[in-house]
Amino acid sequence: MRQIKPIVKRELQSYFTTPIAYVFIVIFLIMSGVFAFYFGGLYERGQADLIPFFNFHPWLYLFLVPAVAMRLWSEERNSGNIELLMTLPVHKMDWVLGKFLAAWLFIGIALLFTFPIWISINYLGDPDNGLILASYFGSFLLAGGFLAIGSCISAATKNQVIAFILTVVVCFLFLLSGFPMVLNFFKIFLPQMMVDAVASTSFLTHFDSITKGVLDLGDLSYFTITIAVWLYATSLVIDMKKAD
Amino acid sequence: MPSVLGMIGDNGIVRLNQYLSGVTTIMIECLNLSKKFGQFTAVDDLSFTANKGQVLGFLGPNGAGKSTTMKMITGFLEPTSGQVKVCGIDIADDPISVKSKIGYLPEGAPSYGEMEVGQFLHFVAPLRGIKSTLVKSAVESVISRVNLEKVYFQKIETLSKGFKRRVGLAQAIIHDPEVLVMDEPTDGLDPNQKHQVRELITDMSKDKTIILSTHILEEVHAVCDRAIIIAGGKIVADNTPSEMEGMSRYHHAVSFVSDLDTELLNKIKNMDCVRDVTYDSRLKETTIFPTQGLFIFDEISEFLRKQSIQVKSLKMEAGRLDEVFRNITHSVGEREVVK
Repeated sequence: MRQIKPIVKRELQSYFTTPIAYVFIVIFLIMSGVFAFYFGGLYERGQADLIPFFNFHPWLYLFLVPAVAMRLWSEERNSGNIELLMTLPVHKMDWVLGKFLAAWLFIGIALLFTFPIWISINYLGDPDNGLILASYFGSFLLAGGFLAIGSCISAATKNQVIAFILTVVVCFLFLLSGFPMVLNFFKIFLPQMMVDAVASTSFLTHFDSITKGVLDLGDLSYFTITIAVWLYATSLVIDMKKAD
Repeated sequence: MPSVLGMIGDNGIVRLNQYLSGVTTIMIECLNLSKKFGQFTAVDDLSFTANKGQVLGFLGPNGAGKSTTMKMITGFLEPTSGQVKVCGIDIADDPISVKSKIGYLPEGAPSYGEMEVGQFLHFVAPLRGIKSTLVKSAVESVISRVNLEKVYFQKIETLSKGFKRRVGLAQAIIHDPEVLVMDEPTDGLDPNQKHQVRELITDMSKDKTIILSTHILEEVHAVCDRAIIIAGGKIVADNTPSEMEGMSRYHHAVSFVSDLDTELLNKIKNMDCVRDVTYDSRLKETTIFPTQGLFIFDEISEFLRKQSIQVKSLKMEAGRLDEVFRNITHSVGEREVVK
């Protein structure tokens, strides 16, 4: 486990020594602002909360997180670096975790930079800061879930573009399963219990319940388990594909 | 040296000799190693051992299975069947401790291009198992060993091929490994850079076991004390470089440059000790092949003196490795690597 630290450190550094970090953070901030103010009507609503801001995070992450995740492994495979990584005396899971944590922290940093919106809303009114904190946490978990999916898909291909597109599609499916449109369709022929089961696989359902301020164990373990499963799958995929 | 005194027992003398010469420690052991990619057998039942202090050269055509074998020794690929032991440890049992004993330079010396040389080595050092308090001194010593001082703060992607290769070498030897595996360490370098890398290898060979692969036959002579030729995933020859030269038609052949007429050539051809004569009209070079195992240099020079023929650069050849290489490997034929 002590090997994870240098890996996280190097990965984080690499975001900031290349333009990736700056491009990502700037686009993330602009987009989240645009979504919250223009489409969410954050200001016009006249309510002191950040619900319109957080509501768009799943859709923002749908395209931005795969852009971070796509290079995690496919770049290493493409450059041949994977041969170096896998012959160092380091457990494979340390690499998987280290790279994932660095990318997750990086997205967390981008998320922290949205603090002006929080300050503004506190200046304008008297929002429920506990709820906002929970929403930030939920948003961070959601990003982690997308990232774990992206990590696994990135390990499966040398081509970053393919990794990006596939990750967007898979993440979209995981979002969609909680969409009213989809759930109404299932309601026609499935009992409510099954519909709930479909809804419970959705990132959206769990994210929504966290942003409503209900931070229960179920939602938390849902994200934890999803991340763990996809990361474990990443290590299996690396083994299968590293020789190609 | 109490440990040496303790060894002197029934067969103490033998063991003492072994201790002093230190050549009997088996460092790498491959037993019936095979690797299949789908239907394609890349490595086919390969077995060999390498002792401490040996520099082992892997030779063979492209796609012969050299790289695949190295990847199995370093733990990148798991063998389909067979066993790899490094320093007595089976890699299947304890891959991490085997990997910590090996330094590996993969083909093309991959690294992180966006990192500076110093940063990269500081990153690799703790992953190679160096304690955090010793990282700084380890990086400094390896930097001076492979002469990277000038480019310490330079990004790796901006370096020339030779420097990149040296960075790869630096990360491989930073933890002073007992075993060093290098996949085509001099491939694509200019003659000066090749010379530097070879000097480094020779320098390190005293206390390490080194395996390197190459297509360059002169390299085998320059750095290896044993050469294994692999073709079609199998070992087709395992000799010292000079033994391999002995297998050449050119072994102990005599060559010189001179204007000769056909009559003289025939005279030489008819000598008892001569098997064959070739004449290169462009270079005006005559090569005389001896009858198997004979040493004909004295006879030939005596003959030339008697006939008072003016010759330039009269020399005896040791043997041509490329010719031996072609003879051994061409029967196996070329294989396309299908993965």
